Amino acid sequence: MCPRSLYARLAFVLAAGMLSGGIQAASESLPAIHADASGGGVELGIKEYTEVTRHRPVDKSVTRLGKKESSKSTTDHSKLKELQGPFHSGPEVTEACLKCHNKAGDQFIRNKHWTWSFHNPKTGQQLGKRYLVNNFCTNAAGNEGMCAQCHAGFGLKDSRTYDFSNQKNIDCLVCHDSTGTYYKLPPTRGNKACAVLFEGKPAIDWTRVAQSVALPGRNNCGACHFYGGGGDNVKHGDLSSALFKPSRDVDVHMGEDGENFACVICHVGEGHQWAGSRYAPIAKDTQGKAKPGLPRQTATCESCHGDQPHGDLGLMGIKLNDHTDRVACPTCHVPSFARGGVATKVEWDWRTAGRTRNGVGYREEGYVQGNGESRHTYKSIKGSFKYAENVVPEYRWFNGTEIYTTVHTKFDPSKPVEINHLEGSGDDPGSRIWPFKRMVTYQPYDKGNNTLVYMHLWGDDKDAFWGNYDFARAIAHGMKDFDLPYSGEYGFVKTYSYWPILHMVAPKEEALACRECHAREGRLKNLAGMYMPGRDHNVWVDRIGLLAVVLTLLGVLGHGALRILLARRRKAS
Amino acid sequence: MSLHKVKVFTRFERFWHWTQALLIFTLLFSGAGIHGYHQLMNFESMVWTHVIAAIALIILWIFAIFWHLTTGNWRHYLPTTDGLFAVARYYAYGIFQGEEHPYRKRYWHKHNPLQAASYLALKTLLFPLLWFTGLAYLSYGFWSQGPLTSDALYWVAVVHTGAAFAMAVFIVIHIYLLTTGHSFREHVRPMLTGYDEVDLTEAEEAYLRQDEPGRILD
Repeated sequence: MCPRSLYARLAFVLAAGMLSGGIQAASESLPAIHADASGGGVELGIKEYTEVTRHRPVDKSVTRLGKKESSKSTTDHSKLKELQGPFHSGPEVTEACLKCHNKAGDQFIRNKHWTWSFHNPKTGQQLGKRYLVNNFCTNAAGNEGMCAQCHAGFGLKDSRTYDFSNQKNIDCLVCHDSTGTYYKLPPTRGNKACAVLFEGKPAIDWTRVAQSVALPGRNNCGACHFYGGGGDNVKHGDLSSALFKPSRDVDVHMGEDGENFACVICHVGEGHQWAGSRYAPIAKDTQGKAKPGLPRQTATCESCHGDQPHGDLGLMGIKLNDHTDRVACPTCHVPSFARGGVATKVEWDWRTAGRTRNGVGYREEGYVQGNGESRHTYKSIKGSFKYAENVVPEYRWFNGTEIYTTVHTKFDPSKPVEINHLEGSGDDPGSRIWPFKRMVTYQPYDKGNNTLVYMHLWGDDKDAFWGNYDFARAIAHGMKDFDLPYSGEYGFVKTYSYWPILHMVAPKEEALACRECHAREGRLKNLAGMYMPGRDHNVWVDRIGLLAVVLTLLGVLGHGALRILLARRRKAS
Repeated sequence: MSLHKVKVFTRFERFWHWTQALLIFTLLFSGAGIHGYHQLMNFESMVWTHVIAAIALIILWIFAIFWHLTTGNWRHYLPTTDGLFAVARYYAYGIFQGEEHPYRKRYWHKHNPLQAASYLALKTLLFPLLWFTGLAYLSYGFWSQGPLTSDALYWVAVVHTGAAFAMAVFIVIHIYLLTTGHSFREHVRPMLTGYDEVDLTEAEEAYLRQDEPGRILD
């Protein structure tokens, strides 16, 4: 263990000990239990997190348009005398980086990867990982010791006290390492049960990684973003480890046999600010392509493809282009998500969390995903899960505005609570039909105040849920840490969160056929606020119309039959 | 007045009629598919077929309207009550008694009064209703940028479908009435050959023999 993290751990243990009124936590701390190979059995930490930032198959993706796979950089970083090291820690490397890139630090500390904070000017809501409650592991606030494994900085253990102006703590390497050997660990060690996360890690060769910096490949961004929510593809549904080295039928843009784009081709960035916000997305891009030679700093499909993208299909293209004002591109072009063999979590039930066997947590495996790997369907630290692959999205009107249920929002617990309510309707010209993954969770809430709660999950103390399995203490601790009102009584509320689906764009020949939506029982069966040919009809026009045709048929048949009958009678007489 | 075999349907009229018939059946078939009544073709092919057939029909009608106006053939469709009752009485009663059809085609009235009235309604009401709603439907992309989009499209669609049902009713009756004369074949033949029995005045007969001998056969 390096001295830095030992010190950190000691400080944390002491702090936790003081909070709990004694130092008995310290005496319970270290005995490590070893992981079983099967993946089932006792709970030995959070196996899924061991892959975060660690599993990084290096890709040779296109990071700049108009150039061959690797850009012809004018600088070979391995030859720079400033990078000869030797380096022994991240901040040392960062200091060297910032000596030449002397504006990068100031740029970087303003972006969300660092601030974990976003103030939405449209809704006035304070968003960002530092504040929000989601319906996966719920809150990063107070659990930074674990969650900040994916903070693009060093040593974020408590966002209330962290110095967000200290540029030396920027982690340049997590995004710029091109060797695939750099990794991050949780800033604190948490409960003894989580020891497995820290075991068997090779030492980082700081000098080597410092000399191998490059523009971020998929493995850099994916190291965290493919593991959001606590594991491979748990959160987004359309961002999984299948995108490290995908084929073009999984993602036509990132496919190694396709465009082989890195994330930054679409999420264009200048000065360490990237396009493509999930908090304030552009639901309808009416600007389209920029003038030739003038790139647009947005991540919308339209910024490359234009808002009339089906032109090469002739007259059929005109009809398809008719759709773009009301239907977002991924609605047709992402036929299903969680493709490529990696499942996504679709249901999470915290109510079952905390069961133990012989006093220790355990886990169960119950799902084998497309690529053959098995996933846990129960974990004492988190509860029960359901997974799905090749999922047909939910479709909703969306105008880009999301109203979040934050830890301060009062709600009616008798109905499912929308973590992020999507604004938009068919009557709103700024809305389009978008595909979403809907996450369904039963999670703790404050029964007295009808609000969501912060849980104290991570820590080496007697309150941390991960290790002690006691909701009452974990919630009380989590709320107290942030001076939030807590009635002292918790229950479980059903929550939904919506994740826009726009990665895993399929090749055009796999785009949805018209009938997928233009049908009575199609994908948009339940979407109100519009008339859609093939799905909608006025019941009475149809009934009266059909009745008129049938009656006319019967009428002429009767008329004809009577003529024949009477003609025969006349003949006979 | 005397009965003669006269060419009543010119080549253009016959072309117009049969092309129109084909297009209308195509439109009804594809329209029913788009509306969700059958899935005999995929949706895009049905939309495609529907649009092409509709545009073809409208082009045909641009020619037909020009033809009606320049040749004076619009006069055949002038509504009249003269003989209307007799024809109505025939379909309701006389036909069952084995009576002869009371109407004889005349040179400027090749349709019986009931027929002329229903064709007039078809041409001036039903067809325009279908075209205008159809064109509005087709051009949806050009006017869809308003807040009333969904409602407007709904009404366009409702009127279009309603008119299509009326069209289907017309076709059923139209085809059935072909069986009411001497025979079905005899009724269809004029629209194939162009010739039918017409009650000509002496002046009309003289004119035809003098100026258009090809139009009169006997």
